[in-house]
Amino acid sequence: MARSDAAEKLRGDVRYVGDLVVPRMLHGKVLRSPYPHARIISIDTSAADAMPGVVAILTGADLLDIDPHYGHAIKDRPIVAIDRVRFAGEPVAAVAATDEATAEAAVRAIVVEYDELPIVGTVEEALAPGATLVHDQPLRPGAFHGLGTLAERDGNVCYRYTIDRGDVDAAFAAADIVVEGDYVFPSVYQYAMETHTVVAQVDSDGITIWATCQHPFLVRAEIAALFDVPLGRVRIIVPYLGGGFGSKSYTKMEPITVALARKAGRPVRIANRVDESMVTTRRHNMTARVRTAATRDGRLLARDVQAWFDTGAYADNGPRVTATGGDAAAGPYRWSAVRVDAACVYTNTAPSGSYRAFGASHLQWAGELQVDEVARRAGIDPIEMRRRNLLRPGEQVRPGGKPLDADLVGDIEKVAEALGWSREKDPDTGRGVSVGLLAAGAHPVSSAVVRMEADGGAVVLVGSTELGQGQRTAFAQIAGEVLAMPAERITCQGTDTRFTPYDRSTGASRSTTLAGLAVQRAADAIRVDLLDIAATVWPGDPGAIELRDGAAWHGDEFRTYPELIAKRFGLSGGQLIGEGGVHPEGTGSYAEGPVFWEVCIGAAEVHVDRETGQVTVNRTATVADVGRAINPQLVERQDEGATMQGIGNAMFEEMVFVDGQLLNDNLLDYRIPTMEDLPRHSSCVIVENEDGPGPFGAKGCGEGAFAGIIGAIATAVADAGVPMTELPFTPERVWRRIQELKEEPA
Amino acid sequence: MRIALQLNGAPTSMDIEPQEFLLDVLRDDLGLTGAKRSCDTQVCGACTVLVDGAPVSACSYLAAETDGRVVTTIEGFRETPAFGPIAEAFTRHAALQCGFCTPGMVLTIHALLEDGELTDEASIRHGLAGNLCRCTGYRAILDAVSELASERIA
Repeated sequence: MARSDAAEKLRGDVRYVGDLVVPRMLHGKVLRSPYPHARIISIDTSAADAMPGVVAILTGADLLDIDPHYGHAIKDRPIVAIDRVRFAGEPVAAVAATDEATAEAAVRAIVVEYDELPIVGTVEEALAPGATLVHDQPLRPGAFHGLGTLAERDGNVCYRYTIDRGDVDAAFAAADIVVEGDYVFPSVYQYAMETHTVVAQVDSDGITIWATCQHPFLVRAEIAALFDVPLGRVRIIVPYLGGGFGSKSYTKMEPITVALARKAGRPVRIANRVDESMVTTRRHNMTARVRTAATRDGRLLARDVQAWFDTGAYADNGPRVTATGGDAAAGPYRWSAVRVDAACVYTNTAPSGSYRAFGASHLQWAGELQVDEVARRAGIDPIEMRRRNLLRPGEQVRPGGKPLDADLVGDIEKVAEALGWSREKDPDTGRGVSVGLLAAGAHPVSSAVVRMEADGGAVVLVGSTELGQGQRTAFAQIAGEVLAMPAERITCQGTDTRFTPYDRSTGASRSTTLAGLAVQRAADAIRVDLLDIAATVWPGDPGAIELRDGAAWHGDEFRTYPELIAKRFGLSGGQLIGEGGVHPEGTGSYAEGPVFWEVCIGAAEVHVDRETGQVTVNRTATVADVGRAINPQLVERQDEGATMQGIGNAMFEEMVFVDGQLLNDNLLDYRIPTMEDLPRHSSCVIVENEDGPGPFGAKGCGEGAFAGIIGAIATAVADAGVPMTELPFTPERVWRRIQELKEEPA
Repeated sequence: MRIALQLNGAPTSMDIEPQEFLLDVLRDDLGLTGAKRSCDTQVCGACTVLVDGAPVSACSYLAAETDGRVVTTIEGFRETPAFGPIAEAFTRHAALQCGFCTPGMVLTIHALLEDGELTDEASIRHGLAGNLCRCTGYRAILDAVSELASERIA
């Protein structure tokens, strides 16, 4: 089925948050700190206040009536800086004015006196003895980290995830082959083309927010807690989003917009510029030390990983990223021992949060490079190496967690074949595969309502956000399948928390699987209702009634859905309402999870120019191991999008921070892939083993390929003779590595 | 200052500030929100509109420059016969996801097709390099445009 939103998007009819105009709306602009760490001595707003058109100026002094700190994982972040700024770009004040230009001019007229403080600009500096502390208060857990009891902050380390299984030291002592390395993943920017944009209104109705948010119900909870209003009086409305990729997960610009609207007494819109969104959230840069032990015939024994995730000045989703990275660090192999110690570290840089396939993207490539190195030393083909060592379905991935729910060996064979693994190649061409798992699904809480209207059409209400992935189309298809009616007659629109039932979040590849399951169950309640009504039409033989083509059939006789609804309600009108939900089977803890293991598989063929260090990605292949493809075309698009973002992350994307300052805060200096970067050939193999927990055996996709492709490019470049340990693989970095290798003894 | 232009087929005159950019005038003054603001530095193409048939980045194009010229936004282009085939190809290939880049992409493709600049895959890749799409990974867009281009040539 074609995307249900194609026509309105092609016609430019879609209204994103930035296209909305609310009556009496003001325009907000944010004053951001120029310093990565400083005490605020004074803020003088008098000149700005006096400017015609300025309605309100928000500073920390306006927040004395509330506890202004938020953070779903760790409550460490003030709405605007209170006394101290911790990163360059941190909001210090905000202005609401009748137009954007006035607001901008007023922001420039605010005079702030700072007293600069020593900074920790890197993880290394943050972990040094006696390092300046980014936060010096005791750690306050947020309401939605889902990571059990959070330990107290340890210096600048705000969270630590560890795995310790088997005797790692003994395994390394006994190993014939030991591979070791240090790996660097850069900070990168999600670049959803639509920047973070919020319209907020505070009035006698409560708080109403139109927001670019992936997790409206979590934002609602944080806003309710911040401003001390009941959940039911906070209304979050989410129209279409112009991309997310994790950048719009959890709470971002909503609190400052609400605080400004509260002070102004009028609705306010704040629309970030790109440079502002870049310091609103980003992907964690990471360094890791990885060791792998194996026997001389290529049997993997043990993996030992230490990793440090730079979460910037505020935790945001750092703890979850760190845990997911820890889970991805070992890789899905039959280890006899695994040790992982992953730390989430504060620095005086812009905060880091979620970005597509976090954790797995960070660490899969490093582990896979080592698996290939073991294979090389043992004289085994990389595919055969994985065939021998990969976990099989039902085997334990980590103690206490969900067993493996995918056929990884089958997947790796399919991806290798799709790439053309055994074709002839020249010495400057490298081929690689990579395989991993991503803890997916987040927390399994979703609900949905399906309403069948008197005309036989249906409406799906579900709180998952359409940010381009096509879930409104998929939900209509799921409901249509259950109700035996065309998906085109089913309407699924955006979230309005006043009417839409609760959904935890849109991320971790969870929507089709979990919200989709809620939709399936809600539609099923209506199906049962329709059959009940039909049983009154043909009493005595309910088993012979079936739903087909928008009607109940009994032999050759049929009653359309509108006829059945009319029978129930007498006159025209009325509505059938079905509810469906998903909740955790156990405690829902992270340790018991994940909901499913998302398969992260990619293959790549690259060409390395040894004179210039230029690497060209010529071919890619991915496997979308989705259990059941509700919409195969949209599944392919997910893998294609993830592939391209993976190429960007692997080849050239990098936010450059120097002394806490972001140097490349625009799309000229921070380049993302264009159509010219598209590989000559790319393919996606859809695997449908009906082994997912979602509707019809489905499980999520769209992130796995991201990690898979980064890993595949890394192993392919290594296959061409250039093992790289630092991303991205820019020509300069690759060229330097080639020179180093020339000097190293073989 | 006062400018007079042909906007989406209709003669239009309006008062603008000399320093105003076309995107602000379209979006804020005229309510034509099909053109999007993203990078603000002429890199992304989300704000693309046609001036005398040529694609320009409205975020960095002075509204004053449109005086006496023909401006077409997606709101106007979608009413012309040329819109249908592009929309049909994009729909069939699912060559869009979030849709934020789509209006600008569609206008650029139309202009390049009209100019006969899309002759082979390399020319499509080069011609559309100024329109970023973060969602699709470009494969479906390339497929859709290749089809449109080959229909033109055939």
